[in-house]
Order: sequence, then C-alpha cells, then structure tokens
Amino acid sequence: MITNFFEGIGAYAILMTKVFRRPDRWRLFFKSLTKEIQLLGLDSIGIVVILSVFMGAVVTIQTAFQLSDDPLIPTYYIAMATRESITLEFSPTVVSLILAGKVGSNIASSLGTMRVSEQIDALEVMGVNSASFLILPKVVALLVFNPILIIMSLFLGLWGGAMAGDLLGLVPFEESVMGYRLEFIVFENAVYGLIKATVFAFIIGSVSAYSGYSVKGGAVEVGVASTNAVVRSCLAIILANFLLTDMILT
Amino acid sequence: MIRAENIHKSFGENQVLKGVDVDFYKGKTNLIIGRSGSGKTVFLKTILGLFDPEEGDIYYNEERLGTMSKERRKFLHQEIGMVFQGGALFDSMSVAENIRFPLEMFSNMTEKEKDARVKFVMDRVRLEGADAKYPSEISGGMQKRVSIARAISMSPHYLFCDEPNSGLDPETAIVIDQLIQEITHEFDMTTIVNTHDMNSVLEIGDHVIFMKEGLKVWEGTNDEVLSSTNADVEDYVFKSKLFKQVRQALRK
Repeated sequence: MITNFFEGIGAYAILMTKVFRRPDRWRLFFKSLTKEIQLLGLDSIGIVVILSVFMGAVVTIQTAFQLSDDPLIPTYYIAMATRESITLEFSPTVVSLILAGKVGSNIASSLGTMRVSEQIDALEVMGVNSASFLILPKVVALLVFNPILIIMSLFLGLWGGAMAGDLLGLVPFEESVMGYRLEFIVFENAVYGLIKATVFAFIIGSVSAYSGYSVKGGAVEVGVASTNAVVRSCLAIILANFLLTDMILT
Repeated sequence: MIRAENIHKSFGENQVLKGVDVDFYKGKTNLIIGRSGSGKTVFLKTILGLFDPEEGDIYYNEERLGTMSKERRKFLHQEIGMVFQGGALFDSMSVAENIRFPLEMFSNMTEKEKDARVKFVMDRVRLEGADAKYPSEISGGMQKRVSIARAISMSPHYLFCDEPNSGLDPETAIVIDQLIQEITHEFDMTTIVNTHDMNSVLEIGDHVIFMKEGLKVWEGTNDEVLSSTNADVEDYVFKSKLFKQVRQALRK
C-alpha cells in the first residue's frame, strides 16, 4: 500500500510535467479553456449560491445560539464571529470540498471515458501531447474561476447570515453590517481565503485529472476513478488546508 | 515502408512479443492476422510507438524509431493515420469537427483550404450530409468511415487500422475493407490492418502476416492463404464449416 502511494505520487508528478507544457495551438487552447470555464465554473454557480446562503444562515443561527444568552455581548459580535467563520474557513474550504465532488467526478469520468474508448490514444497517435491538451485547460479554468466562486460565496454567505439574523430576530440587518465591518483585516479575511481557493483549485483539477487520465480497463474502472478523484481531492484539500493555515496564520 | 526487427515486448511476467521480424510494404494492404491474444494489437501499438519494445527496432523508411528526436517523432506522427477498433471519435465534436481536428492542430491551411479538405475526405469516404451529426447519432459503419476520414485528412504516408470491421454487419464490413484498400492504392500509403476476419483477408490482403503466441509464423498473399500448408494457418483459416467446404472445393 505504501509502495502504491509513492508510485502514485511519482506518476502524478510525471503527469504534471507533461501537463504544464506550451500548448501546440493557442487558439485551440483558448477554445477549450472557454468550454471548461463554462462547464467547471459557470455551471457550478447554482450550487455555490444555494450552499453559501444557507451556510451563512446556519452559522449565524449557531453563533447566536452560543452568544445570545449573555446580555453583555453586543449582537453585532454575532455577525463578526459569523464573518470570521465564513471568510476563514467555510467559504474557501467547504465550497472547495463541494466542488471537489461536483467538478472532480466530472473531470475524472470524462478523462477516464476518453481513456477507455481510446480517444486519448488517438490524440497520442496524431502527435498531440494529450495530457497538456486535455488537462491544462481544466486546471487553468479552475485556477481562474475558483477564486471568483469563493469571492461570490463570501458575499452570499455574509448576506445569508445577515438575512437569517434579521428575519429570525437574532441580529438586526444594520448590526450585522456593522459586525461584518468591525476589525476587518483585508489580508486575514480576504487574501488568505483567496490563497486557499487557488491552491484548492489546483488540487481539484490536477488530482481528479490524474485519477481519470490513468484509468486502465472499462466502465467499472471509470466509476472507481471517479470515486477516487473525489476522495483523493478531498483528502488533499484537508491536508493542504491544515498546512496553509499553519503557514499563513501562525 | 515499415520494418520491424526482432521485436520483444513484455508486460510484467507476460512476454507478449517474442522476436517479430516483418516488412510492411508501401502501396499495399498489409494484414496481421491471428487468434485473440496472439499479440497483434500489442505489435501494432509497438510499431506506432505507443509501446517501447524491450528489444528490437522499428524503421520507418530506414529511419529508426527508437533513436528519433522528439521533434522528428512528433512530425512522424503527423504522417500516420490510425483507425481504432471502436472508432475513438471525440464525443464532444461533430463529424466534421472530428475530421477537421488534425488540420486545426497541425496544418497551416487557411480556413477555406481546411473546409475544402474536410469536404474532399468526407466525399471520399461517402459521408455526405453527416457533417453536423455527433458520433453518438451515427451508425457503427458511419463511425468507422468518420474514423477513416479523420485518419486520412492529413494525407498520411502510413495508415494503421485495428480491427476496422469488428461489430459491423458483413455488407458494411466489405464496404469498409474496400474503402481501406482503395485509399491505400490511391494515396500510395503503407497500410497495416489488424484483423481476424477471414473475409477481409481474402478481400484485401495484399500481404498477410500470421501471428501466433507473439511470433510471426507465416506470411504470404491472400491467394496463398487458402493453399498454405502451414499447420497453424490451416488450423486458423479452415476452422469454420464454410472454409472447410472451400478447401474441399479447391482440392477437387
């Protein structure tokens, strides 16, 4: 098992050296990139919107439940604590984990199907660097669009929290806005989240692509690769989250 | 011309090719036949450069594949067309886009020239009117024709076909066989076809190689197959009732 793990790391590294090569035709690269941004980015907006709004609402309710017993704590502190949770952890990490499921399985199954139906062999026979041609646009699309989704998620999470607080009578909307603005540090609250979003985007794209690209066999193996892509991406995100938090915040 | 010299290839403990020596001739349909598991597909993929042999060399017009530079090898691949067993068409592209893909990738043609070339090869393989359809919307026979059209779109010098008529009805299989032979002669290509369809062997086998357990055990023409005295070839060719009757008729 340990040997397999290290062999897998080696194969992943070799694949990445093939992926990050100059595209043969920039025009075709940008065409693929546009397609991938649509498929992996724009098509994920719906789930990010729903997830973020409800996540913000739940965090506000839970924070209010913890803090509202003490009359000495001003209610805008509930909003401030909500902001910290959403910007530092929930938006970048939870949204990336959800995207690892949605986007990761999509990438692995599409590449796996191309592998077992010999479409990747067809590209290789033509003299095309199939790894770069197929994977690079996916990774770049995620690197470009994941931070945009995370920024969107931050705003929607905070909006959802403020709306829930106001509608349930926990924190008035104006006080939520006041709490969100209180002691807001751009680096800690925004840039940190974006750094994480970018690293997680690379993990989702590259790990899922590796799982799909290296499939051997048929339909069953494509299904296994799809599951592996999600599990490996999630584990890698959790590990990277720990390392990044330690490196950046301490 | 392509020459394979003493090709050995293994996968772990399993030695698939055990020293194959074959010459494939230009302007001829070279057929590799043999039972499933005889090493045909591995041999074809080794000639293509998808597998590296452990021993032996492949020569494309006396140029050694193993020592070619990366750039030269890339250029060589543009001179190769390949028809895969399942077609290997790109699902996300229409028929016309599939055929156009190699031109977009490697040629410096203008858009007009590309359009003209796509139209020419589509007409050549009798695919008129199918441009906008997707691979999932066309029949198996049409998929094979699209695959052939894509393979010849760059006017290759070498054409490789892996079981080109597997899964096709006998009539369509003959059409595909004839198409492969016609374009081989028309464009003077070196064509290598992997098959175990005896109809193909008799129909288009200008040069036939019989493989067994990773070795070439016989070679000749389609006319010579039926009269071969090689025990392995006889056993393979005259397995079916039909061919047994053909043999009896020939002996009379």
